[in-house]
Amino acid sequence: MANTVHDRTLQRPDTILGADELVINMGPQHPSTHGVLRVKLKLDGERVIGSECVIGYLHRGVEKIAENRSYQQFAPYVDRMDYVSAVSNGLGYCEAVEKLLMVEAPLRARVIRTILTELQRIASHLLWLGTHALDIGALTPLFYCMREREEILKIFEKYCGARLTTHAFRIGGLQYEAYDTLEKDVERFCNSFEARIQEYSDLLTSNSIWIGRTRNVGLLDAADCIALGASGPVLRASGVKWDLRKATPYAAYDQYKFEIPVGSNGDTYDRYMVRLEEMRQSRLICLQAIENIPVGPIMARVGKVLKPPPGEVYHAIEAPKGILGYYIVSDGGTQPYRVRIRPPSFINLQALDKMIRGHLVTDVVAIIGTLDIVLGEVDR
Amino acid sequence: MQVALDSELSRRYRERFGAAILDAIEDRKQPILVVDVTQLLEIARYSRDTEQFDLLEDFTAVDWPRREKRFDLVAQLYSIPLNTRLRLKAALGAHEEADSLSSVWPTADWLEREIFDMFGIVFRGHPGLKRILLPDEWQGHPLRKDYDILQQDTAWVRENLGIESGQ
Repeated sequence: MANTVHDRTLQRPDTILGADELVINMGPQHPSTHGVLRVKLKLDGERVIGSECVIGYLHRGVEKIAENRSYQQFAPYVDRMDYVSAVSNGLGYCEAVEKLLMVEAPLRARVIRTILTELQRIASHLLWLGTHALDIGALTPLFYCMREREEILKIFEKYCGARLTTHAFRIGGLQYEAYDTLEKDVERFCNSFEARIQEYSDLLTSNSIWIGRTRNVGLLDAADCIALGASGPVLRASGVKWDLRKATPYAAYDQYKFEIPVGSNGDTYDRYMVRLEEMRQSRLICLQAIENIPVGPIMARVGKVLKPPPGEVYHAIEAPKGILGYYIVSDGGTQPYRVRIRPPSFINLQALDKMIRGHLVTDVVAIIGTLDIVLGEVDR
Repeated sequence: MQVALDSELSRRYRERFGAAILDAIEDRKQPILVVDVTQLLEIARYSRDTEQFDLLEDFTAVDWPRREKRFDLVAQLYSIPLNTRLRLKAALGAHEEADSLSSVWPTADWLEREIFDMFGIVFRGHPGLKRILLPDEWQGHPLRKDYDILQQDTAWVRENLGIESGQ
């Protein structure tokens, strides 16, 4: 009987799938999509000839919530967008509201913010490196990366009691003074971390499997990056030396010396090299910052009830994943009239289609990893 | 906080586009050009090609339901070579359509889909305008001011999730 069914379909070729094209779903429950991302892949054999991202599974309406909370009440919500770099999200939001209020956080607060934000960048890149390598098939780096990330999370925990969704900063400065051994803890971490980065590098940089899986995979040149709005390490790996920490300094970045690493090829390997070097640079920034944390107040004079004068402001920072922008409109009330969040992950993800065309399905995994997206931020 | 803007940049735009530049203001030291929405695409193209604003950093909308023209389209432009920012704003009526900027900056594709999703603003010439964050069949546009925070498409929730309410 089975044979006759088979024969019947053979006689009617219009009812069987064409051998040349196939549409499959990757996700939303696929471990390498780093959350609930669904990519519809159009395949010719094993080669990708087109794709469409389906997103929104984690949509919580963060921007709508903002319009119904006071400025301070909304601050913890931003931690839950890019939940692996909550400190950076908080920095962007607090500085945007400060600009709207036309106040500036005291220098001491800004220096401590810089230290914590750079530690967060390292933590975010470590999580990226571990999971990205895991996706490609290298299991070991994940354990090493998690080990170092743990050190950073412990510093956060000591500072503000939370490890992930930290809500570390307040509008106008800081709520908590730096704890007694903060400098020592950061120094100890930084001193050991240099050798650790070398360890990751030894495992991967000249590993022929790693090179084979990442060189010339997911190419994106500078012009395409800019046209598609891709920012952060993705853009820098294509050779554009542009980092908002240098271009429009915020927090206390103008006081420290650091380099902007760039790639040349714009492939997955270059993005790996750029992020690895960024961790080294962040380490240097932390070391410079702890050397001289100025004394003074940690909060600017802001009222208990914030009522920014009517108007609007746009403030963008260099988050670990790219440009994180906040556009806030005030109508003079106690709640923002509109908060728009420019999420780096959302916009970088748009480049996925261009990057995976012509590659094999296995490369899609590598390319999603190299974009370093967090779905909490894509969907908001 | 808002003062009139009179910079070389705004003068060049006024010279080139005349009455289509409705206002030039500065808010918290950030330059803003209020432009005629029918000329937005032309102004965008000029911004990219002549003024070197190569990056559309963000594109969004704001709802002002009591105003005659209800929506503001807001584009944040950034020039990587010049390290300068410019904000373009264009007011749009409730039933008006805007020209898609995706032919000038491809990044506008998803950003416009999000505006359509959240505000219901239709973009002419967009390569595939459909919802992006909410389900395709969802009714209503949540970031409009008349959409209450507790409001939701209960029919969709009941049908697709099998529960009475998502709250």
